[in-house]
This record gives sequence, C-alpha cells and structure tokens, in this order.
Amino acid sequence: MSDLATLEADLSARIVAATDEASLDAIRVDALGKQGAISGLMKTLGTMSPEERQAMGPKLNGLKDRIGEAIVTKKAQLAEAALEAKLAAEKVDASLPPPAVRTGAIHPVSHVMEELARIFGEMGFALEEGPDIETDFHNFTALNFPPKHPARDMHDTFFLNATDEMGQRKVLRTHTSPVQVRTMLKQKPPIRMICMGRTYRKDSDATHTPMFHQIEGLVIDEVTTMADLKGTLMAFIKAYFEIDDVRVRFRPHHFPFTEPSAEMDVGCDRSGGSVRIGTGDDWLEILGCGMVHPNVLRACGLDPEVYQGYAFGMGVDRLATLKYGMPDLRDYFAADVRWLKHYGFSPYLLPGLAGGL
Amino acid sequence: MKFTVSWLKDHLETTATTDEIVAAMTMAGLEVEEVIDPGAKLAAFSVAKIVEAVQHPNADRLRVCQVDTKDGRKEIVCGAPNARAGLVTIYAPIGAYVPGIGVTLEARPVRGVVSNGMLCSGAELEVDGDADGILELDLKLAVGTPAAQALGVADAVIDFEVTPNRPDWLGVAGIARDLAAAGVGRLTTRGVTPAPARIVSPVRVATEDESACPVFAARLVRGVRNGPSPAWLQQRLKAIGIKPRSALVDITNFLCFDRARPLHVYDAAKLKGVVRARLGKAGESFAALDGKTYAVTPEMCVIADDNGVLGLGGVIGGESSGCSEQTTDVLIESALFDPLRIFQTGRATGINTDARYRFERGVDPGFIVPGLDLATRMVLELCGGLASEEMVAGKIPGPPAPVIFDLDRVRTLAGLDVKPPRVRAILKALGFESEAHEGSFAKRIIVQPPSWRSDVQGRADIVEEVARIEGYDKLPANDPPRATGYRAPAASVGESRARIARRALAGAGYLECVTWSFCEKKHAALFGGGAEALLLANPIASDLDCMRPSALPNLLRAAQRNLDRGHGDALLFEAGPAWTGADETGQSRTVAAIRQPRPQRHWQGAPAPDLYAMKRDCMLVLSAIGAPMTALMAGPAAAPWQHPGRGGSLKIGNRVVAAFGDVHPRILAGLDVDGPALAFEIFVDLLPPPRAKATREKPALEKIDLMPLSRDFAFVVDDAVAAADLVRAAYGADKTLIEDVALFDVYRGPGVAEGKKSLAIEVRLQPREKTLADAEIEAVSSKIVASVAKATGGVLRG
Repeated sequence: MSDLATLEADLSARIVAATDEASLDAIRVDALGKQGAISGLMKTLGTMSPEERQAMGPKLNGLKDRIGEAIVTKKAQLAEAALEAKLAAEKVDASLPPPAVRTGAIHPVSHVMEELARIFGEMGFALEEGPDIETDFHNFTALNFPPKHPARDMHDTFFLNATDEMGQRKVLRTHTSPVQVRTMLKQKPPIRMICMGRTYRKDSDATHTPMFHQIEGLVIDEVTTMADLKGTLMAFIKAYFEIDDVRVRFRPHHFPFTEPSAEMDVGCDRSGGSVRIGTGDDWLEILGCGMVHPNVLRACGLDPEVYQGYAFGMGVDRLATLKYGMPDLRDYFAADVRWLKHYGFSPYLLPGLAGGL
Repeated sequence: MKFTVSWLKDHLETTATTDEIVAAMTMAGLEVEEVIDPGAKLAAFSVAKIVEAVQHPNADRLRVCQVDTKDGRKEIVCGAPNARAGLVTIYAPIGAYVPGIGVTLEARPVRGVVSNGMLCSGAELEVDGDADGILELDLKLAVGTPAAQALGVADAVIDFEVTPNRPDWLGVAGIARDLAAAGVGRLTTRGVTPAPARIVSPVRVATEDESACPVFAARLVRGVRNGPSPAWLQQRLKAIGIKPRSALVDITNFLCFDRARPLHVYDAAKLKGVVRARLGKAGESFAALDGKTYAVTPEMCVIADDNGVLGLGGVIGGESSGCSEQTTDVLIESALFDPLRIFQTGRATGINTDARYRFERGVDPGFIVPGLDLATRMVLELCGGLASEEMVAGKIPGPPAPVIFDLDRVRTLAGLDVKPPRVRAILKALGFESEAHEGSFAKRIIVQPPSWRSDVQGRADIVEEVARIEGYDKLPANDPPRATGYRAPAASVGESRARIARRALAGAGYLECVTWSFCEKKHAALFGGGAEALLLANPIASDLDCMRPSALPNLLRAAQRNLDRGHGDALLFEAGPAWTGADETGQSRTVAAIRQPRPQRHWQGAPAPDLYAMKRDCMLVLSAIGAPMTALMAGPAAAPWQHPGRGGSLKIGNRVVAAFGDVHPRILAGLDVDGPALAFEIFVDLLPPPRAKATREKPALEKIDLMPLSRDFAFVVDDAVAAADLVRAAYGADKTLIEDVALFDVYRGPGVAEGKKSLAIEVRLQPREKTLADAEIEAVSSKIVASVAKATGGVLRG
C-alpha cells in the first residue's frame, strides 16, 4: 500500500470513529488544516518535476476531496444524532392534565330571551324597555284594570313603600304590559314592538315564583286584525319550536286590556312523561292575546276610532321549560351550580338562523 | 263553576254528547277544567235478566244461570245467594274491566262450567258498598239498558273556569244560552210567571245606602211547611257537592246555581220591625250560619232589623233569623249589592260563599224581581203557603247602554268575514236586541245588550261576541309581513351589552345566575341599600323584603348554599338590575360576579385566584362591551362591600363604572358567608353609549414598517404610589412614540430603602418616520424619567 493509501485509510478510520464534533474537527485540522498531513503533501507538489506533479496532483486533490466530504457527511450524522439525543432527553408525559380552564354557561332564560328577540326581530319587532318598579297607572289603570280589581290586591301584587305623584304605592310590575303603555305614550303608530323582562306576582309553588319573566308584543296601526295576530303567533311557534307544521287553537278568553281576547293552545303530545310540541292530539295553553282594548288606546292618547292593533304575552320561563325541560320553576332562580352547568348554554352557541336556534 | 249535564238539559234541548258539550264550551270561552263522568267506568255494563238459575253440578254455593243480555242469552256461573230466576241485575260481558275487584273478565270454566260473563254486585261496580249479593234492580228495566242509566249515575259533572267578565255563566241557564247560540241545542229556559199576591206582608224592607245595596226586594210566604226538599232537587245539589238542608234553603241554593241569582230566606217569626240594608256600625257583631261570630265594620253592608245585625248582605246570613223545620212564615230576599264592597267584606272576613262569589262579580239586575218570583213559586210548590206582594226598595238599574255597531267591524277588527244576518242572529241568540241604525244603509245597527251583560260596553265587545260564537277556529292566519327595508335589531344598547357580557363571562368560566330582584333588608343595608322607599309593603317572605342594591348579596349567598352542599369554588355572575331608588332613574343595569375561591391545585403549581384575577375578568367584560379602556382611571376601593386595602375601582372622570376586589370580611360575616370571597360589579348604564357614526367604516390601518424597540426602566417610588399612576405618567411622556407601557416587576427588599418599592416597566417605542438615533431614544427616555418623577416622585433605580 502506498503512503497515500495508508494516509487515506488512517484518516477515514478516524473519521468513522469520531464521536463528537470536536474530535471530528481535530481530524479535519490534522488532515486539511494549515499544518495538516494532506496540506503538507500538497505543498510538496511545487518541488516536484512536471511529470511527478502530473501524476501526484490528481491523486492528492482526490484524497483532499474525499476526506473533506467524509468529514461533512460525518458532521451531519453527528448533528442528527445529537438532536435525537436531545429530543429523547426532553421527553415528558403529555398525558398529564393541562392547566384548568373553567367552563361557564349562560342561563336558560337569557338564552331563550335571545332566541325570542331574534325571531321577533326578524318579524320587524323592535325591543322596548321599562322599569320593574311601576306606577299604578302604567301597570293597571292604563291597562283598563277596574279600580280594586283583585290583581291590585296586596294578595297578588307586590307594593313598595314608595309612592307615585298620585300618592299611590308603587308596584312591582305584574306583567311587562306597562312597557306597551310607555311605548304608546311616547311614540305615534305604527308601533311594532316587543318587551321582555322580570315580572313579579305574589305566588310561590313549583310553577309559580314571586319573580318570573315575560315577553309581550304589541302592534298598533290602522288595519291590523286578529288574523294578523294569529298568523304572527303561528310563525313564532314554528320558529321557536323549530317545527314545520304546528296545530294551534285560539280560544276565547278574558283579559281587561284586550277585546276580543284569546288564549292560544298548541298541539302537543303528553305521552311518555314529557310534552312534545307540534305532535299529538292534546292541547297546551301557551299564551294570552287579543286586540288592544279601546280603553287602553284611549289611556295612551290614541284614538280607538283610528288606531287598532294586537297584543300578546307569554311566560319566558315557561317557554324555556317547554323547549328545554327544567320542570320546577323555582330551580331557575336558585343558582345551584349543578343545575346551571346542566341546563345552561355554551357561550359559543349563538341563537340565530345561521346556526339553528 | 260546577254543573251536571242533566241539569244543563233542563235549559238546553240537545243530543250532544258530554264530549261535544265540553268542546263547544271551550270554543265559546268557557274553559273546562275537569269533567267527572261517574258513568264512564260503567260503559261496558248493562241491565240483564236471569231466566233460569240451577244448582252448579260441582259446587254447592254456585248457580248456573241462563241470562238474557244485550248480547243474547248467556250461560253465566254466579256465586251470589240471591241469584234467582226473574231477577233483573247488571251484566258484565267477557272483556269488561270490573272496577270493584280490579279484574278483566275472561271466558273460563268455573268448576267445569264456562261462565260467559258476570253478574255484578254494587261493590263490584263501586256504586254502593253492598257486596252480599248481586244487584236487584227494578223489574221494569229493559234488558240492555246502560248500567249507568239504570243505576242513576249517568250524570257527568263539568267544572269550568268562569272569567270575571261573565258572571252570567255562574248559572246553568246562562251556560245553556251560550251553548244554544254556539249551535249545541235549543234554549228551553222558561220565563217566570209571578205568583199572585194573596196576603199583605207584615214585614217591610228598606235600603238605607243605595250605593252599598241599590235594590232590596222581598216577598213573604205565610204558612209554609219546611221539610226535606224533593229527591230531584236534592240530587241536583248533591251532584255538584252541595249538601241538601231543607226545602227553603235548597231552593235558594238551587236558584243560585240555576240562574246565578243568590237569595236569602229569613224565618219571618224571628224578625222585628223593618228589615233594612245599611252599613255596619263599629261594635256590632252577629253569629253567622257558618257557626262563627263576626265583628261588623262601617265598611260592610249588613242586613239588620230592630234587634240588630241579621247578616252580611250578599255574603252570609245569620243564625238568629235562619229557617228551620219550625219555620212557618218565610221572608225571601232578592237583592243587589255593590260588588266591590262584597269583595272587600269577603276578604276581610275570609267568608267564601256562593252568594259572595256571584255578587262580587255582578249579578243580573234584570233578574232581581223575576228571581224573587221564581223562588216564591218554588216555595209555594214545595212548601205550600200564601205569598205576599213584592216589596222592592231602591231602584233597579237599567241595562247597559246601547252600542252603535258597524256590521263590517267584525271583519276589520277580527279579520273574520261574518255576513250581517249572521251577526244579528248570533247577537239575538245571546240575548242582544238589535235594530237598523237610521240612514246607515243597513251597514250599521244599534245593539242593546241584555241586562246580564254589563261587561259589554263598546264595539270591540260586540266583535268578540260575534267572533266567539262564529268560532275562533274560523279566524284566518295572515302571514307576518315580510321586511320591506332595513329593520333595526330587537335590541337596545344596554341589552346588547348585557348579551355580550354574558358571553364574555361564560367564556371565562363563570356560571350565569338569575336571582331574585329582592333580598333581605339587612343584607341590602350592607351594600348601601335598604332605603325605606325600596322596601316591599307586602313581601312574600321576610328575607325577600327589599329591592336589591346589588346582585352581589344574592350571588354570595348562592355561593355559600353551593358550598354547603359540597360544591365550593363557585364562579357566579348575574347580568341584571339593581336599585338605588324607586323612581325610573333608580334602576340600573349591572353585571356582578363573585368567586368564593378555593386554593387551586395543579401539578405545575397554580396561581391563587385573587383580586387581580377578578380585575382581569372585570376588564375583559368592560372591553367586550365597548367601554373606553384607555380612558379608564384606576381608583381606590369605592363600594361599601369592598375590603378597603384589597380592591379598586375603575372610573371615567369622577364616575365609578366598576369596582373589584376582596369582599370586606365584615360584609361576609353579615351575610353569613365563608370568606374569603372576591367580587366585581360593573355599572353598565354609566358607560358612554357607542358613538353614533354615519357609516360602519373602520378607520384606516396605520401600518408602520419601522421596527419597534423596547426599553426597560426601574423606578424607586414610595410604597403608597399606585402603579397605575406611574404607568400612566410614562405613557403620557411622549404620545407619538410610546406605543405601550407594561409593568413587569414589583420589588421590595435589599437594595431598596424601607418604605419604598421598585417598579419596573417595559416601554415600547414605535418610530414613525425614520429609525431612531441613539440621541432621540435618549431624549424619550429622559422625558419618561421626568414625567414619572413629576407624577410619582419616582427616581431611576441606580
């Protein structure tokens, strides 16, 4: 074996045996550095005869290239191995639990109110608001409750110690109808509004709580009839219960503030313990409605010879129960975290037509 | 109001079934609550006759009977000792469910002989308690007669809700009238022919207060025999749960339900002087027919004679003048009382009588005298005697005022097309008179409501009558109008903000609660509430007696209830109202949140929830609902519920728009809630409304390509200096270049003097036109140092 072959074999063996970048670099210096073996041989080329140079040049250059390449290759291998080792050392148990994120929820009443606002909003109803503490005028008188009507009694209505300008005790509104009164007093027809919110009656059992929620609607113009009322409410029922076909029944009823008055029943199926709206032969009373009483229009400064329209009202909590379960109304207001987590709604669920209600 | 179908048929000739009657009532506005049909369970049973009864070949106590039934002749095995040829009894076919023994019959051999049905005892049918033998019925009963009819239990009882506008439905005749109008049958209620006067009444009547008792009418019948009333009358009353007493009393009860005409009968022998309706006097009292003694007040209308109070007019009679079997002369009272006074007297005394129920809703003034005459006739018929003349004190009110009615109004108000002749026919059937209005070309009529319909006051009432009888099921349903242009969303600024706040907080892990708008007064006081004006005059419970000044007390109490059940670490919020006053400006929209924290455990370690976490969530909501975040100023704890040293407020100008921090331990103790607890509260209405802009366009994005750079500063300040003041001062040092200031370290200890702290901030500079030279950066730094020094007295930490 020539000297060159011995040198190449020796360097190659050392490269293969190198275990880290430092030792590899030492080999490079030994072979290709300024004082390196190959560099030293390259320098001798100048002292050679042209013939010798002709023979040795290519051999030396070939050796230099092969060793250089071997070093680069080995270097990449070492880097790869080092990364593998580092990665192996960094391994953790990814099955450990992450930092806790609490899941919150929106109360069913809030969710249902948004659904209602959405549905009636799309039918062109604007949202109106009014205070929970009302005057006798807005809550009763303007709504054609006769003086001393039983609803005005301390047994049924909450009174405050505060009094109004007439010296009458203020009341906690027993329905959201005073918002209708306020709207008619401030705005000329056409009126197309809903109002929602807390209402209060002196009741307490599984289906009555001293505070509950109502939604009411009011349309006043010169031509609206009970047929418009029926069609709008049918459209509402379909949208809210997400059913195509719904049987409804208007039954005559009596309210002081509407004439004619009706209660609306929807078809339902009570077999199997729960109520399914839209199917079955049974009826479920769902709301009260009617044409606004001329006395109410008059009390709100509107001429009943010119204006007419309808009003309807229903219990939000009851609507929530009918769609989502939750039979005992008292639970709605008990703030029991088990109930809230179970019946509450994800904040990412947007009531709306794009994503279903 | 309860009545039986057979009673209804006294006034209504109809072939309608109970179900059809109930359906018609519902659609006419008589809301049926319950139908009790005692005959329903007997539907399978019918009358049969035993033709032959012979000893069972294999059993001493059994007989094999040949029985004629509706299904033909049947061989039936019977164990009853009275089973014998010729007996008429009740037969149950195979397949019938026998209620008294809870068995459905099957055809199976009894000791080798197949029994094709069963002969029944009263106990087996649950009609009477007799179990000793099979029923022995009237031999004249035809085979196949339904058992319910044969046993006299065929009568269904209907219970329905009488709406307050229709007191005429408190009489069976009134129900029949509406049903006849609705097409269920023909009204057969007979008119009243007054009984002639044979004697002159020795007792006179009077009304002293015509507002309390507008009419007091009476007749006296002399020489009556007051025994038990006849069976038919007793059965009528018993069927609706009224106990028969004596003929005289039963007559008054009967007419009360038959004609909605309450009456009262006095034993004339026990009366002294003029019987008069007057207001009560303080100190008076009387023993009522319910066995109790009632004190009378000047607000009550009493009936009195010279001896004193006899009873409460229209509410309850008195014991002293009540009729008994010894009564020979009876004074029959038919009067009219002020509904409101009746209601108040009833409520004050707690007396609920059928008379009160009718008088407080209003009785037919047109039937005062006819009712009296009808009662007199019945007394003469059932008890004999001679009747006096009619005595009528006061003035009988007239019927409601006539209504001028456009025949087209049914269509224009109800949307229901009812032809004029039909309109008038419906009104006539309901007892309304109508005639054409002069010069209206038959488009308009004058309608006279009947005396019993004081609820009818205008055109809308007439529309309801016509629509109701024509049928609400005929109402068309017009689709809601489609949008023809832009429609504003059904929202308000406040409501939109509440909706967003709910999403933000639920997304941050909070559970939304809806708690009472009221709380306990002493709890309200802890939160700055409890003012006299906001107390309820009639709370439903003593711990719900005050409008809440904040949702926080209710949320904190809720957290404790959850903790007591083993569900601690509550994270609760409510977006709802709070009150500072009872007028319209006293109600505000708030977002309140609480946490009753528990130390957090996580294998990596977890920060303890503290006031800064609450501040973060508070600011999260503020930002989400569009509060002007850069305008918010940090202030000290401001609310009464706050721990004075561990809380803060956020202000716009001088207005506190939010408060956050630890709940004061004294407040927690007052609420009986375990500490520590954290809370925040946002006053949504105090935030400025979104600026109204002409378009929805957002301002153009200012995108600067020059690299931003950061510089850190550490200042030594007095311990009392609020970090926010230092940050604000640094921020304000150069409004063009300084993009952000972030506080990243607070240090107290070696190297910083006692009573001082070091606050370190990172200031991010955004060059705007060219890269900043060192000198320019130096200049900004100097401005920051100067500004901080001026605002806080802070000096750069050496």
